[in-house]
Amino acid sequence: MLRVRVIPCLDVANGRVVKGTRFVDLTDEGDPPTLAERYAVEGADEIVFLDIDAAPDGRGTLLEVVERTARRAFVPLTVGGGVRSVTEMRDVLRAGADKVSFNTAAVRDPGLVRRCARRFGSQAVVVAIDARRRSGPDDPSGGWEVVVKGGREPTGLDALAWAERAVAAGAGELLVTSIDRDGTGAGYDTPLLRAITDRVHVPVIASGGASGPDDFVAAVRDGGASAVLAASIFHRRRHSIADVKAVMAAAGIPVRLVIGAAR
Amino acid sequence: MTRIAVVDYGAGNLVSIEQALSAAGAEVVLAHGADSFADADALVVPGVGAAGPAMTRLRRRGLEAPIRAWIAAGRPFLGICLGLQLLFEGSDEDGAVTLGVLPGRTVCLSDAPRLPHIGWNQVERQRAHSLFAGIDEDADFYFVHSYAAAPGPGSEGVILAQTAHGGRFVSAIARGSLAGVQFHPERSGRDGLRLLANFVGLAQAGGAASGRTRVPVLAR
Repeated sequence: MLRVRVIPCLDVANGRVVKGTRFVDLTDEGDPPTLAERYAVEGADEIVFLDIDAAPDGRGTLLEVVERTARRAFVPLTVGGGVRSVTEMRDVLRAGADKVSFNTAAVRDPGLVRRCARRFGSQAVVVAIDARRRSGPDDPSGGWEVVVKGGREPTGLDALAWAERAVAAGAGELLVTSIDRDGTGAGYDTPLLRAITDRVHVPVIASGGASGPDDFVAAVRDGGASAVLAASIFHRRRHSIADVKAVMAAAGIPVRLVIGAAR
Repeated sequence: MTRIAVVDYGAGNLVSIEQALSAAGAEVVLAHGADSFADADALVVPGVGAAGPAMTRLRRRGLEAPIRAWIAAGRPFLGICLGLQLLFEGSDEDGAVTLGVLPGRTVCLSDAPRLPHIGWNQVERQRAHSLFAGIDEDADFYFVHSYAAAPGPGSEGVILAQTAHGGRFVSAIARGSLAGVQFHPERSGRDGLRLLANFVGLAQAGGAASGRTRVPVLAR
């Protein structure tokens, strides 16, 4: 039976892992390959690198970081941030990534998703959707709007309609982040996840808002997520990946248990 | 040292496969053309994505006939993901005609709750094989695909393992020195490294054996 994946996300800037509430108050947290390897040993099912700098002159640094990581951590690696063309995606895959995640670039040019899926297959193309509730953080009734540039720029696009379009264009997976919940620890936006998982047939990765193992259970049970992603709760060692998986397993969710994984 | 040629035909990530085989004790050469096969003990064909563009690139590099000849000679071979699917006659994904070493086709996963099938899943072995030596029966391996090989009538015997995702599909095959896995051992942690080390061991034994078992390859 297919396991539900638990995925730590590493925000990378200038070749270093940084943390903070996504884009502000960044602090240096170390070498990406070292952290990725630690997570792999602890039972991470996949690693996501989010290049939050994504400046054109920083590409070489990112590719070098991806390659060093691929040589140390034998788990799948997804890289997001700043990939704007088929050629740039090829370079990231060649460096050792398995999947590339598109956000702003896909909203601006859905044809990019189509071209990359045709060249590398849908399974390598992830579309990241940052969504915000239209009627305020506590009210899902007004639906969700897609925002880009780390949540700073509204697009007017309906998140559910965009999810369907992205899949039609060739996305093999969606990484859905609630901007309302991101960094709050208030739990994943499960109505958002459910609305999207009911509409698309591809796997959906839940992101934004986790504060404890119960949130992961809710994202899967209530939201229908195939994978759950978190950053700060793992970085700050509030919970280990093994802790989270133990709670998920106890709730009847199929997870990959790594024997001897550090807790 | 066992020398393994990994076929590089522009089909994705070779860093992890190269690193994983090196970690398993092999000397790895990236093969851009058939001349790099010559002194190799084993051939690995990786790959992700659709069959059509992959076959186009293999043909452009003059690799199709040499790969068929390698397998027909009974020399050690491992196909990974798309590299397994290409062994069969054709793909339902885009209608591509593939290597045609074994009878059968690549078909879309049936009754899958979600596609692509992405993540860790179990590999249920149908028989014992040294490729899986020392690996727990319930070990998980990493998959990322929507299609899988369906061996044709008379070639069901190649099936080594199956995996469930809605319906069941073929997740590993083996016949003589020919092997293929639908999952990514190079991305499957410790168990994946063990499987690759087992393959390196088989390649070493196969390379030393004087009398190779020829693999019946479909005629063209």
